[in-house]
Amino acid sequence: MRKFLLHIIIVLVGLIYLGRLFYLQIYDTSYTNISKNNAVKTVFEYPQRGNIFDRKGKLLVSNQPSYDVMVIPRELKPFDTLEFCSLLKISKEKLKKQLRRARRYSTRLQFVVVPQLSKNEYAFLQEKMHKYDGFYIQKRSLRSYKTKSAANVLGYIAEVNERILRLDNHYHSGDLIGKQGIEKEYEKDLRGSKGVRYFQKDRFNREIGPYLGGKLDTAAVKGKDIHLGLDIELQEYGEKLMQNKRGGIVALEPKTGELLALVTAPSYAPELLVGRKRSANFTKMYRDSINRPMYDRGLLAEYPPGSPFKILTGLIALQEGVITTRQRFSCANGYYYGTRGRKMGCHPHSSPLNLSYATANSCNSYFAQSYRKIIEKEASPQAGIDNWRRHLRSFGLGGFLGYDLPAGRPGKIPTSKYYDAIYPSKRWKGVTTLSNAIGQGEVLCTPIQLANMTAAIANRGYFYTPHVVKGIDDNYNKNPRYTERNQTTIDSIHFEPLIDGMEKVFTHGTAMFLQVPGITICGKTGTAENFIKIEGKRTQLTDHSIFVAFAPKDNPKIALAVFIENGYWGSRYAGKIASLMIEKYIRGKVTMTHLEDWLMTHSLEEEYAKPLSGLPFVINR
Amino acid sequence: MAKSSIGAIDWLSILCFLFLLGFGWLNIFSTTHNPELETSFFDLSQSYGKQIWWIGTSFIIVVFIMATDAKFFERFSSVIYLFSLLLLIGLFPFGKTISGATSWYAIGSATLQPSEFAKVGTALALAKFISDIQTDLRSLKYLGYAILIIGIPALLIIAQPDAGSAMVFAAFLFPMHREGLTSYILFILFAVASLFVLTLLLGVYWVIGALFVVSIALYFFLRNQRGILLFLLSGFTVMSAYCFSVDFVFHNVFKQHHRDRFNIVLGKTKDTRGIGYNTNQSEIAIGNGRWLGKGWTQGSQTQGHFVPEQYTDYIFSAAGEEWGFIGSLCFVFAFLGLCLRLLFLAERQKSQFARVYGYGVTAILFFHFLINIGMVIGLLPTVGIPLPFLSYGGSSLWAFTILLFIFLKMDADRNKR
Repeated sequence: MRKFLLHIIIVLVGLIYLGRLFYLQIYDTSYTNISKNNAVKTVFEYPQRGNIFDRKGKLLVSNQPSYDVMVIPRELKPFDTLEFCSLLKISKEKLKKQLRRARRYSTRLQFVVVPQLSKNEYAFLQEKMHKYDGFYIQKRSLRSYKTKSAANVLGYIAEVNERILRLDNHYHSGDLIGKQGIEKEYEKDLRGSKGVRYFQKDRFNREIGPYLGGKLDTAAVKGKDIHLGLDIELQEYGEKLMQNKRGGIVALEPKTGELLALVTAPSYAPELLVGRKRSANFTKMYRDSINRPMYDRGLLAEYPPGSPFKILTGLIALQEGVITTRQRFSCANGYYYGTRGRKMGCHPHSSPLNLSYATANSCNSYFAQSYRKIIEKEASPQAGIDNWRRHLRSFGLGGFLGYDLPAGRPGKIPTSKYYDAIYPSKRWKGVTTLSNAIGQGEVLCTPIQLANMTAAIANRGYFYTPHVVKGIDDNYNKNPRYTERNQTTIDSIHFEPLIDGMEKVFTHGTAMFLQVPGITICGKTGTAENFIKIEGKRTQLTDHSIFVAFAPKDNPKIALAVFIENGYWGSRYAGKIASLMIEKYIRGKVTMTHLEDWLMTHSLEEEYAKPLSGLPFVINR
Repeated sequence: MAKSSIGAIDWLSILCFLFLLGFGWLNIFSTTHNPELETSFFDLSQSYGKQIWWIGTSFIIVVFIMATDAKFFERFSSVIYLFSLLLLIGLFPFGKTISGATSWYAIGSATLQPSEFAKVGTALALAKFISDIQTDLRSLKYLGYAILIIGIPALLIIAQPDAGSAMVFAAFLFPMHREGLTSYILFILFAVASLFVLTLLLGVYWVIGALFVVSIALYFFLRNQRGILLFLLSGFTVMSAYCFSVDFVFHNVFKQHHRDRFNIVLGKTKDTRGIGYNTNQSEIAIGNGRWLGKGWTQGSQTQGHFVPEQYTDYIFSAAGEEWGFIGSLCFVFAFLGLCLRLLFLAERQKSQFARVYGYGVTAILFFHFLINIGMVIGLLPTVGIPLPFLSYGGSSLWAFTILLFIFLKMDADRNKR
């Protein structure tokens, strides 16, 4: 024992120390990361974000340089706060607050003190930066907009928030990320990939050269360019027509499902959300609860679709075989049903009418009777409603469409369960839901759903999921989601009589004075009653003006839906806008300048002020 | 005279020695070179250049030792010992103070640290004393003399103050134990040390509680033995008193920086900025090495000079980062292999003097390894002592070379008498 004590101790110590070394060097991998933070400085090189082009190759969004003042708290040394604040034009309290936030975020990682300086501010500051240890300037690129339109489609970029920072380690504090529209949906394509350069630091935090001779450094890769299906001229024209009105225009190409225009009004110029003024503008617009400029009515507003919905009622009735094209229904200024003489009113027109003329004249009675036959064909109203709903769902109504923009709203097509819940004793019948026949009642649609429905009619029975992006970089292979045909449940032969009816809307019907010479437009007006609650009281407002149309009749190039809130009747506002948009797109110029002049000189602001005034008001005047 | 012993010299030890020297120099170069400066390896304005000079002069010393008769060291051991004591005493009037400790003689631009050489003198004197025919370490009188031989230089070094270097002298307990020092003393010292650590770690009441439980258990197992109750009772009392005094000394006698060092190692405080900075940086560097290391002169921590004193006491952290686990493994094998080889050589000595001296050399080298590496990998408190043959520094390199080669010479000459 005496001879071997030291031997044993030596071997034991050797084993313990090797164990500890194994733990430090192999088992515990955290040391490798600490090491990176501590001896290696990582400098990111920000790539140019991809450009965005319109349908015709016109540049819509590009980049402009901007400069962020960054800080790494642990590298701060005492500095002349007053001078620094005056250079940055911020208050001392603001600086202190930013430094506190930076420390809370991390003492080792970069944090934005003042974002997005302009070129001039940067030039001035750059000469003095050497005085401020721990601060440095990070070049980034901001968006530069070549158009004042389409803000709702293009979206905007902003600094990543802390939640995203935690979830996605691609981003660092101060990085910019798409927050809305195309910028958000195609963030991964647009952002490109950051370049990284590593520098070896010494313990005084001085850079002493590239780390590992620059072996691990990578160059920044520019983001991909995005080509939109949007026609910016049409979009700008639409926004011009929508002045002083609220609502949306959604136009798309039926053959492809590409969105040609997605107008919402009121809107804003996209450049308002760029640079240092972004935050103030954003707050201002975000808080504008009356105009709601950031609310994309084309995707989010759910309106009763009104008369355009009658086309679907007619199509379903034909498909279900409950009416024929030649069958006529009478209309005595309305349709009387039930035992107690209930009536769905209609406006004066000749009677009886067949399907085409009923469509052209928008006869409530005709479609009420057709609807009743659809529901009553099945054994129970429940089965009838669900079958009716099945057809509507195939047109993309009552659910999310799946377009490449923020998800929007699903609209509403009621189910039998919905009525069972309203009438718990289940004593409801087809006629209880009769308003659905004419797009009132429980039915709600967003403008894009209505435009999509119109495209499906234009295509005689199918549609492509609406989308705004045509191609990414030089690659025009779209996501298969957008090239797959969505077949409706209606056979294509049933479309012609209704399309004839829609044509007659312009030749014999409610939109006679809106006809564009030389272009065969098929359309349908709509006038939807609508209600709001004022101080808890259900109050009716002036009707919404609605119009759907496609043109030309054969080989359609454009299908659109126009919603004008409280525009009274369909052809009053929406119809005029639809005709002008169609002419603008197909001809490239507008000949019907009298319509344009009328729209530019008529405002609905007075109408919108009524419910807010607190005074009694009259509607539909 | 010298020629005859060249063939008998232990080449395995020499191989380890050369490996450690070369490995040490590579790491010194890596920690101190400036990549922007294009100078030769022999540039004397750079630490790595100076170290080459120290290594060269060590080889000359080796030649001198090899040329000397082994008998010389035995005969003059007392003189060498007294001379090294004189050097230590001379520090008080003539020494140069560097970072608070008066441990150096300044000769021109070079400095000499006599405490390193005192280890050689003490090892020789202790071997001489123990190998004396009359000495019996079981007798308290001779034990007292032996402790005096070790204690005088140790106390002189503590007074510099350089407690770290003095601590190494505890290594001489191993040759004493080998030569008959009762095991109880080592056991008691071990108990003292572990009670010390446990008291600081768990708190005095827990430790006493545990001692109480152990005593009760021992009583039930051994109650048939005569006088066991009294033995356990007195043992328990003494140990409890000791624990209380440790607690008292730690909190009332120790200075804050002592307490800090212990608390860091015991994991009671996490501090990576202040006192724990060295250890933390050193662990980061070593952890950064992974299996094969970052490569020579490629370690980011080493090249960024994040580990303070990396070319002296913390040299192993550079090795760990740039040579990885495999490199560390080779180093540990080489160093401990040398220790075990020296023990083997010591055991085959015919003269007791050579054997005790060999044990002393091994114990000193091993203690440096134990304390230095333990500190660098964060297992022991920070104690500033060099790693033999690897750390930068002329005095320590010369002293360890002399220490080692006197023994290798004795081994080579073992059959000559």
